[in-house]
Amino acid sequence: MRRPNPAGRLDFMASFGSAIEPRVNGEPYAVAVPVHKTLLEVLREDIGLTGTKHGCELGECGTCTVLIDGQPVLSCLALPAALEGRDVTTVEGLESADGLHPLQQAFVELGAAQCGYCTPGFVLAARALLEGNPRPSRAEIETALGGNLCRCTGYLKIYEAVELAAARMRGEPAEPTREMLYGAG
Amino acid sequence: MMRLPHFRFQVPGTVDEAITQKHEAPPDAAYVAGGTDLYPNMKRRHQEPSVLIALHAIDELRTIVIEADGTVSIGATATLTEVASHPAVQTACPALVETMHLISTPILQNMGTIGGNLLLDTRCNYYDQNHEWRKSIDYCMKKDGEVCWVAPQSPRCWAVQSADSVPLLVAMGATVDLVGPDGERSVPIQSLYRDDGILYLSKQQDELLTRIHLPSPNGWRSSYRKVRRRGAFDFPVLGVGTWAELDSDGVVRDARIVLGGVASSPVVVEAAAEALIGSSLSAEPIEEAAQLAWKNGRPLDNTDFTLYWRKEMIRPTVRHALEDLASHR
Amino acid sequence: MAPVEDQLRVVGTSLPKVDAVAKVTGRTKFADDLFLPRMLHCRMLRSTTPHAEIVSINTQRAEEHPGVVGVLVGRDLPNPYGILPVSQDEHALCLDKVRFIGDPVAAVAAIDEETAFEACELIDVEYAPLDSVADIEDALGGDDPAIHLYGDAHNVHKAIALEFGDVEAALIEADLVHEDLFFYEGNTHLPMEQHAALADYRPDDRLTLWSSSQTPHYVHRALATVLEMPASRIRVIATPNGGGFGGKSDPFNHEIVVAELSRRTGRPVKICLNREEVFYCHRGRHPTLMWIKTGFKQDGSITGMHFRSFLDGGAYGSYGVASTYYTGALQTVTYPVPAYKFEGLRVFTNKPPCGPKRGHGTPQPRFALEVHIDKVAEKLGLDPARMRLDHLVEPDSVTANYLKIGSMGLGACIEKVVAESGWNDRFGKLPEGKGLGLACGSYISGAGLPIYWNNMPHSGVQLKLDRGGGVTVFCGSTEIGQGSDSVLAYVVAEVLGIDPFEIDIVTADTSLTPVDLGSYSSRVTLMTGNAALQAAERARELLVRSVAEKWDVPGVRVAMAEGQVFDVQDPECTMTFTEAVVLAESKFGTIGTVGSYTPPRSPGRYRGAGVGPSPAYSYAAAVAQVAVDVDTGETHVDDVWIAHDIGRAINPVVAIGQVEGSVYMGLGEALMEEMTYRGNRNVVHHHPSMLEYKSPTTHEMCRVHTYLIEDPDPNGPFGAKEVGQGPLLPIPPAIVNGVYDAVGARVDEVPVTPQKVLAALKRKAKQEEPREGPKKALTFDWPDAIQVPPPWAGGDGRALEEGREIGGGGVRA
Repeated sequence: MRRPNPAGRLDFMASFGSAIEPRVNGEPYAVAVPVHKTLLEVLREDIGLTGTKHGCELGECGTCTVLIDGQPVLSCLALPAALEGRDVTTVEGLESADGLHPLQQAFVELGAAQCGYCTPGFVLAARALLEGNPRPSRAEIETALGGNLCRCTGYLKIYEAVELAAARMRGEPAEPTREMLYGAG
Repeated sequence: MMRLPHFRFQVPGTVDEAITQKHEAPPDAAYVAGGTDLYPNMKRRHQEPSVLIALHAIDELRTIVIEADGTVSIGATATLTEVASHPAVQTACPALVETMHLISTPILQNMGTIGGNLLLDTRCNYYDQNHEWRKSIDYCMKKDGEVCWVAPQSPRCWAVQSADSVPLLVAMGATVDLVGPDGERSVPIQSLYRDDGILYLSKQQDELLTRIHLPSPNGWRSSYRKVRRRGAFDFPVLGVGTWAELDSDGVVRDARIVLGGVASSPVVVEAAAEALIGSSLSAEPIEEAAQLAWKNGRPLDNTDFTLYWRKEMIRPTVRHALEDLASHR
Repeated sequence: MAPVEDQLRVVGTSLPKVDAVAKVTGRTKFADDLFLPRMLHCRMLRSTTPHAEIVSINTQRAEEHPGVVGVLVGRDLPNPYGILPVSQDEHALCLDKVRFIGDPVAAVAAIDEETAFEACELIDVEYAPLDSVADIEDALGGDDPAIHLYGDAHNVHKAIALEFGDVEAALIEADLVHEDLFFYEGNTHLPMEQHAALADYRPDDRLTLWSSSQTPHYVHRALATVLEMPASRIRVIATPNGGGFGGKSDPFNHEIVVAELSRRTGRPVKICLNREEVFYCHRGRHPTLMWIKTGFKQDGSITGMHFRSFLDGGAYGSYGVASTYYTGALQTVTYPVPAYKFEGLRVFTNKPPCGPKRGHGTPQPRFALEVHIDKVAEKLGLDPARMRLDHLVEPDSVTANYLKIGSMGLGACIEKVVAESGWNDRFGKLPEGKGLGLACGSYISGAGLPIYWNNMPHSGVQLKLDRGGGVTVFCGSTEIGQGSDSVLAYVVAEVLGIDPFEIDIVTADTSLTPVDLGSYSSRVTLMTGNAALQAAERARELLVRSVAEKWDVPGVRVAMAEGQVFDVQDPECTMTFTEAVVLAESKFGTIGTVGSYTPPRSPGRYRGAGVGPSPAYSYAAAVAQVAVDVDTGETHVDDVWIAHDIGRAINPVVAIGQVEGSVYMGLGEALMEEMTYRGNRNVVHHHPSMLEYKSPTTHEMCRVHTYLIEDPDPNGPFGAKEVGQGPLLPIPPAIVNGVYDAVGARVDEVPVTPQKVLAALKRKAKQEEPREGPKKALTFDWPDAIQVPPPWAGGDGRALEEGREIGGGGVRA
């Protein structure tokens, strides 16, 4: 059985160590945190970016997905101390002065966010997909988003939103189809 | 929120530094690469190392290269995504690429490393649970308890080998480099594993797995098939790795069939492989091999699905894996 | 007067949800996203044994642990509570006994979560173990100690027997009497957001609680009861729920615990459950064993039906009495059942309590009924779609159990999915391994009666119009992702002729918003929609009178659209909406209106008649195309065609999202989701984790072809009925019927796991009955059935026996 012990506390102090300076959404932060705090905890509790959500903290749901150097990773299993010099992108970093990212816009138009809790993770995973593959097939989208669980949507509106955003990001004048908005038949 | 216990975090820049730091650290110190296996375990208090020696800053551990003899060697901290997307691996072993894509999820493939997958902790329904849950079953032999709840009369732990890359790489006869305080050795990957749920590795505590060497890419084929509930996330409840060396007429000279997810170590089913030798991977020997593999696979009740069904799956899964082998170019 | 159909500008249009931008940008604040200065963190110590007396709890070491500010045990919160008045059987922390692994016994507030976690480990609890009750059969065995001291029999929480007409006689008249036994495994909501709550008590004796709750009103009532505080000093704010599905509909122990810890420490206290604890909160689908015996005429019409359900309730009451009634209530609303007998019981077991999950108590009997009918169609040589189409409940009718049906679009739904799926050409004709299955369903659009007895509205809306043209809607309803905030905006915007995105929505705050009972039983669109409609029409009336007076025209000439007010006979004569508000405020003073909604009274007057009535019933039909691997038994669903009779879609794209989400959740229940426990180790949960509780990923989801059938119901706002839960109901039976069409194996049990299909196929290969499912019906000494003559037998909704309690009894929801 695990017992708290004074030695553990000493380790805590020792591991406080140097401050970390993560670059998040292009902005430099300097925070002093114990080394055992995950990126998820530091983003939410020390930097105040609560857009990154959590569903299990064990790498089993994809909710806490962020991008590191453009690649999706789980912030619940990433240590800031191991991310020296790397770029972290959270959902807060997607929109720009021009407004929503095309993926965010498409999610809005198609109701791809229901409760919205898994949405930051999906939008970020989708952004990483489209960076490398501007014209993904439905099967490629399914695979790329296979590490993110959603309990509301059944994923279908999310696929449609990714396809719509991809088309717009390719410069095509895409709009939602009638079937997407009003159903089949 | 599930949180990590406290630890000291060390970041060596070279393999030598890593070995030295590990040697000097308390016995409970651990190497960490991707952390996708270790950190969840630490959050559930399976392991509480007082020191973590992180390997991410050691560049030499991450490279994928074609050696002078034409074989491909993969650094242990290359991520699964990096392995899968490397042209040398794609050329040398398409089955390994497919296997990387079958592990967990695309996001975890960006984090998890090939070395971490090879050394993955054995898994069990009675073990992979939070501390509070384990307290309510009075723990198990693998951590904090006395009994193996999978087989309560058993003197040993039956936690199951669950890494997808293992059956394939064992079937292929890959080798790994281990570096320790006393020097470096290269061993067949199969010898890394012990048939025990707790002491499942033969690697010495301080030894660092540095590289994986694929066999020279001539005249052989390999394949991997995985059984799991869902198309992502899930560990294998059965993994089948196959390998065959064929002569120019397509006749099998040598073969190996390895089952994962059925015991604490990968199970090499020699009898099944022998059924293929001398054949041209036609339906009949494949079915015979599948039948023999089924006979030799004895899963226990420690993963998803019933053990009866998992055993039944050996036959069709081995068959499918061998059909893949037959159809590979 | 509401705008007439051809003038609708907002309703019926697929618009974004009003909270969509906040959600896609990470701005939405869920409960765990809230941080207050001086905030403490709470962890709860939970029972590690399924059934035991608490001999002692010693918290001294925890209290002395550095960083610990407060510690609570059961005797600190002695008042019981529970969602239903008839089962007030929960305590915030166990008093003298624990009833399942995960039942909380103590709580700690500390400076951070780690310290609270450490302190929980320092609390010493001594248990005197009792034998535990593992399942329905075990509970009915009667030789285990009682889990509760109340109930209708030993470890039987509730036993119900109702008979509408002479079922025995009806079965004798039948050409075919068919009997089946089904089992529906328990499963859970698994919202992505773990429950979280933050309490902030002030020294002037005021308490605020933010919580991821679907029912802030009921949490408010429970807090007042347990904390013995006037409700007027408590404010409950339901934060947007990161998924609910019924799992956040009870008042929860952790909500009460953080409130009391905040009161004792004088500091804000937050808790966020970990995933394992969410499994222990549960309140999900009851594991249910069902026996059904029905008489049919050769043409497929039903002569009479006898239905029995046995529900595994877990350790507490929760909504369980209502759940039990619901397993018997809606069998009558799809196909006419002239005589109907229902017997149902719910047992207590030493497991997390079951309660309402999407479809509350009805997916299990619907599964049973739709598979039962599929089998009978084959026996009678009828096409299963044709057989259903030929025998549909009439619109504007009353069923044997006195449910008043309004609009009824099931026929249109069946015809649609039959046509679109190519059913007539493909059913029974696909190659081995591929199959089509059809099933139907129906669900309530809100319950006819509130959970606790009162004569007040179920939903209230206040509307504020200000001189700047701003409109704010205040309503107690709770946004759980279904779009309830948006519905308020669309309805008000439609009536006032303004842009819905200019409206502010304030919801789910017991201090700021009038009561709405909560986001459950698919009640929100219909009830808050009607309340909003009334409030908006009253506001419109004030504006129209002011403008009409100014223009000196009759009020009927004043119209409002697109932010403008104009004279219908003189299009040149216009003013802005803002100018109209200024006129009205000048004339009447501050402009605020209210609207409220109370469902119509149901004709049922017998005890138990409180469960089932609804202002409107939605209908759905689905065809599933499945692929079964005969070597492995693995089933994959390729396509689902689903038509849902929604009355009217206020926002079609949001409605489609609800249909697709329901199909997804039904697919998970049909194929893989199981909330199961280990018999060998202490009735401990099998796998309380996201990894091992199998929730479908992108890879398992099927294609969905959705058809919204719009036949406006007079009781719905603009004709709208529910869509959040009903579309789940046909999915499990459609898939199971599809498996039969594919490989000729009957799995009378969900989930349809590969091992079950393979077992049935092996029997088939051995020429045995190709079936897998429950084998043994359970026996119980049922009470004499309450006899209620159906309407066509001269009944008036009352039970026959004089002297028995009549008039709805104490049971509702």
